[in-house]
Amino acid sequence: MSYGQKVNIIDIDYNWTLINYARATDGVYFFTLFKSVIISFITTFLCLLIATPVAFYISFSSVRIKSILLVSILLPLWTNLLIRTYSLIALLRTKGHVNNALENLWESANYFLNLFRLANHNLIGESFTPLSLMHNNFSVILGLVYIYVPFMIIPIYLVLEKIDRNILEASYDLGANHKVTFFKIIMPNISVGIISGIILVFIPCLGSFIIPELLGGADSQMIGNIIERQFKSANDWPFGSALSFILIYITIIILGVRYVYSKLYSRLNQKGVS
Amino acid sequence: MRNKYHISRRNFLAGTSATAIGLTLMPFSLGANDQDQLNFYNWDDYIGEDTLSDFASITGVKTNIDFFADNDELFSKLREGNPGYDIIVPSDIYVEKMTKAGMLDRIDQDKISNMGNIDVNFLNPIFDPNRDYSMPYMWGTIGIGYNKKQLRNTPDSWSHIYDSEIYSGNISLLSEATDVIACALKYLGYSANTKSTKEYKEAEELLIAQKKHIKVFAEDNGQDLLASGDVLMAQEYNGDIAQVMLEDDNISYIVPKEGSIIWEDCLCIPKDAPHKENAHKFIDFILRADIGAELADYIQYATPNKAAKDLMDDEYKSNPAIFPADETVKLCENMLYQGEEVSRMIQDTWTRILAS
Repeated sequence: MSYGQKVNIIDIDYNWTLINYARATDGVYFFTLFKSVIISFITTFLCLLIATPVAFYISFSSVRIKSILLVSILLPLWTNLLIRTYSLIALLRTKGHVNNALENLWESANYFLNLFRLANHNLIGESFTPLSLMHNNFSVILGLVYIYVPFMIIPIYLVLEKIDRNILEASYDLGANHKVTFFKIIMPNISVGIISGIILVFIPCLGSFIIPELLGGADSQMIGNIIERQFKSANDWPFGSALSFILIYITIIILGVRYVYSKLYSRLNQKGVS
Repeated sequence: MRNKYHISRRNFLAGTSATAIGLTLMPFSLGANDQDQLNFYNWDDYIGEDTLSDFASITGVKTNIDFFADNDELFSKLREGNPGYDIIVPSDIYVEKMTKAGMLDRIDQDKISNMGNIDVNFLNPIFDPNRDYSMPYMWGTIGIGYNKKQLRNTPDSWSHIYDSEIYSGNISLLSEATDVIACALKYLGYSANTKSTKEYKEAEELLIAQKKHIKVFAEDNGQDLLASGDVLMAQEYNGDIAQVMLEDDNISYIVPKEGSIIWEDCLCIPKDAPHKENAHKFIDFILRADIGAELADYIQYATPNKAAKDLMDDEYKSNPAIFPADETVKLCENMLYQGEEVSRMIQDTWTRILAS
């Protein structure tokens, strides 16, 4: 369909035209795509930062706690994405739970200051101004991290589970400290999991449109929103298809890079062994 | 134990998906050969509580109802052929679009005995001359919903949200390209249905300059943002604001003095409707004065049915969120379908505004 052309309201002429791809090279689309890549990149990085310690903690806790933690990570995934996003709206909006909690804190702090007759010094501001947590790029990234972090935790956890604990003990027995053990033994073993996690987070982030639509502000358009609009209000399916295909091509390139990496990695490993 | 759990869960899933498929297919596959049925595709919560059961007891026709969330959903569903609906409720511009795309059937006006109840102003709309393909259902406007308590003066002009920094960060606009740009054109003194590239360019510059003061382009939830205090002024459809006005006395609605967009939802019969006879009966039934009044009372939108309006109380007739002043209505315009080139220009303008 991406090689077709609209002839009237509903008919599309499939004539192998490249006009849709030519249109996609326009600066606006390139800029939005670039912005989506940056946002996805930041999200993936934050997910990695959060997921690694969590995965370690789960992996090294006792069997009972482990299952409780795993369930508590997986359980939210059973709820619809839309509902999880709306719950974030309830938290973040101007009169949401976070701002309410902060306001309560401010009031109690003010009360204590009053007790010590310090209120007139405006130590904590004259009145409480709610933080604007919603409708900006911050809330979009927060939403994306919240939604996608389980997809980073699980693969890292799985590869951690596969590491034979005897190897770690052997490493300590042979005099390595925590740092050396981490970088020499654990890191090489979990890198595969990290890369799977990065792919599982980065790719859906790049195409997401519900989260920027609900949590974002006037400035949070991502490429997914443009694509969605082509299929809905703009009613331009050929152009929407072309934009989606560009995203798919990017995904294929990323997967290709991963494939090459894993080949190189296993070759290096074999050399190390022999 | 574990094994048992697995089996039961799988059975459970299989069971639910089977019911889900049954639910989506059943009414219309059965309805196709049963002559006493009517398949009605409507907006959610957009029909009176007893309307359908009254219709059934009078005519013996059972109505199956299915819901869509916006015109785009309706359009996409019927684009590749009618899946079995007899009555649909598109808005004005979509009536025109679907007529031009050959997706609607002519309404046989001889079968609509209650057509005389319709207000004369609605008998020859610009999007469907002579009402060949559509009958009016409800109408309304786009305007500004605002918080009376926290604003210093009434936002009686589009300038308050399109060209002012006084309430920077407390404004929400709609997220539909055509609506936002059309209101910008009205503010600039142009027609909402212009084809001039230059005028669209001006609207684009206006919106790009104003964008830093706009909190969000709200996806049909401007009324919630207003009610929750996230914004002080929201560009919205009147009906949505009327809903929150019922709950919050501080909220009010106004149609700016430059004029605005009038929307009109219509009853139409899509091509290849399986129960065309019943569809005509249904339209005729909806246009009855008493039924129209019952509908208007429940939905709280403006009715184009003059006979029905006469039956309503003053509270309804004088509600500013339902009926704007006559002078304002004269300045308002119906949106028209301008052809693919202009549509694309509007969409590209919108993409640029959002990306800037």
